[in-house]
Amino acid sequence: MVDISVRISGIHLKNPTILASGIMGSCGQALRRIAEEGGVGALVTKSIGKEPRKGYPNPTAVELECGILNAMGLPNPGIDAFGEELKELEGVGIPVIGSIFGKDVEEFVFLAKKMEGYGVDALEINMSCPHAKGYGLEVGSDPDLVEEIVRKIKKNVKIPLFVKLSANLTSIVDIGKVAEKEGADALVAINSVKAMKIDVDLMKPILYNKIGGYSGKGIKPIGVRCVYELAKEVKIPIIGVGGITDWRDAVEYILAGARAVQVGSGIFYRGIKIFREISEGIRKWMMKRGFEKIDDFRGLALE
Amino acid sequence: MNYPAIVRVTKTIEEAEKVKSILFRLEREVKPGQFFMILVPGEDEIPMSVSYATNLEKGITFKVVGRATRKLYEVEEGSVIGVRGPLGNGFSLKGKNILFVGGGTGIASIVLAIERAIKENRKCKVVIGARNEREIIFEERLRRQGAEVYISTDDGSKGFKGKASDLALKLIEEMEPDQVITCGPEKMMKKIVDICNEREIYVEASLERFVKCALGICGQCVMGKGLRICTDGPVFDGKTLAGCADFGVFRRDESGKKVYFHE
Repeated sequence: MVDISVRISGIHLKNPTILASGIMGSCGQALRRIAEEGGVGALVTKSIGKEPRKGYPNPTAVELECGILNAMGLPNPGIDAFGEELKELEGVGIPVIGSIFGKDVEEFVFLAKKMEGYGVDALEINMSCPHAKGYGLEVGSDPDLVEEIVRKIKKNVKIPLFVKLSANLTSIVDIGKVAEKEGADALVAINSVKAMKIDVDLMKPILYNKIGGYSGKGIKPIGVRCVYELAKEVKIPIIGVGGITDWRDAVEYILAGARAVQVGSGIFYRGIKIFREISEGIRKWMMKRGFEKIDDFRGLALE
Repeated sequence: MNYPAIVRVTKTIEEAEKVKSILFRLEREVKPGQFFMILVPGEDEIPMSVSYATNLEKGITFKVVGRATRKLYEVEEGSVIGVRGPLGNGFSLKGKNILFVGGGTGIASIVLAIERAIKENRKCKVVIGARNEREIIFEERLRRQGAEVYISTDDGSKGFKGKASDLALKLIEEMEPDQVITCGPEKMMKKIVDICNEREIYVEASLERFVKCALGICGQCVMGKGLRICTDGPVFDGKTLAGCADFGVFRRDESGKKVYFHE
C-alpha cells in the first residue's frame, strides 16, 4: 500500500504538493479552486503586507524560452482586507499557509499575529522576493535581520513558521542555519531567481520594473542544488520549489531531501490539474519502485 | 510564446469622440471574442478585445478612460507597440437566430462575432447602446455587412431612449432568439444574462477585469469561483455566470481589493 501523505511540523498533507505563494493567491475563491479542482496538498497565500499594494504597472510577466519572468511588485489587498478572503476557505479541508512580507521586525511580527488570528495553519515568511525594494530578498540577505525576525515571530505566535529563501544568496545554507537556530520549523527553497529580459526590437528591458524573477523550467537545477545543500546542513524539513512541472521534477526534489514541493509556474504549463498529475505520478512510480511512503526515498541522493 | 510581438501600427481610425481604433500588422488567427495584451512601450500593457481581423492585419478599439488608454490614444501610424495573443477563449456561435447587445465600447468585443455570424448565414439582430448619438460606433460597418441594427441612447438623441438592456428585453420578446451575446458595462450584462437565464436562452458575455500576467497564474483577474478572465474567459456562458456571486456586484483593483459597481 503506497502512502503519499507527508507531515511537516505536525501539519498533515494528503500529498506532497503545495501551491506556491503568489499564484492565484490573493483571493479566497481562487485558492479554493486550486484545492477543489487541483487536488493540492496545501495552499500558500499570496504574500500579504500591512497596507494594500498595487504592485508595478504592466508588463508584469512574460513567457521566455525556458521559464517565466515576472515583477508583480507584491500586489496584495493588505492584511486587514485579507481576513475576508481567508473566510472563503473555511471547510476547504487542507492546510492553509499564510505568507507575509514586511520591511522590518515590527511589521513581520504584526503581520504574523494577524495571520495567526485569521486561523491559518502555518506561516511562510517571504525573505526572497527578488524585485521589491526594501522587502523580500533585501531583508532575507541580512543574517542579523533574519535572526531577529524569526526569533521575534516565534516568540509571538504558536503556529509553525516556514522561511522562504532565495537562490540569490551567496550562501543559502548560512541563512538557512540562522533560521533553524532561531526556531524556524521549515525552510522553503527557492523563490524566483533575479533576472532580466531585454527586448531586442525595443532595445529596452521588457518588464516595467526592468528586473524581475525567473521561474519555471529553467530554474529547476538551481532549486534542486539549493535543497540538496540545505538538506546536508539543516535538520528541519525543507520544502522544495522551483521549476516543477511534472512528477519527475517533484521526485528529483524529494531525492535531494525535500519533504514536500511547491508548484507555481507549473500551472501555466500544465493547468490547475498539475497537482493531481504530480501526486498520481509519484504514487505510480513508488509502486513500481516498491516504496511505501515518501520518507523511503527522501534524500537518497544525499548519501 | 506568450511574449509581446513588436509590431508597427499601420492605421488609426477615429471611431467617435475619444474612441479610436489602432490597426497593426499581425499574421495570427483570431477567434471572435479573444483579446490582445497591448503594450505601449515604457508605459503600460492592457487587455483589448480584437475588433478588426484580416489575414495580415489585426486591430483594437478603445475609449480613453485612464492613463494607459490616453497613452494608447497618442499612438500614431508608424508607431511601434507590443502585442501578446490572441488570448482567451472567445465566443462560440451556436444559435441560428442570435441577438447581440453591445453597450458603449463593448460593441468592439462582439463586432467580429457578428460579422462571423452573418457570414455563416445566421440571423442576427444587433443592439448598440450608447450614452448619446456621438458615442455610437460600428453602426455603419455592421449595417453594410447586412446586420439588423437597433440603437439605444440614454438621452434619446438617437433610436430607443433608455438602457440597452431594456431594448434588448423588447427584442428578446419579439424575436425569441436561440442565443444572446453581450459585452458592455457589467450591470447591463448582468441584467441581460438574468433575463436569458430565466427564459433558458443560451447567453454568453465577455467580462473585463484587471489583467496582469495574462498567463493564468497571478490570479489578479479572477472572478466567481476562481475563474481567470485571461485564460478561462473572457467569455462565460449564462450558467457559469449564475454561479459567480460577484458578477455585476464587484471587481478587484490592482491590489486585489474589492471595488463595488454602481449604476
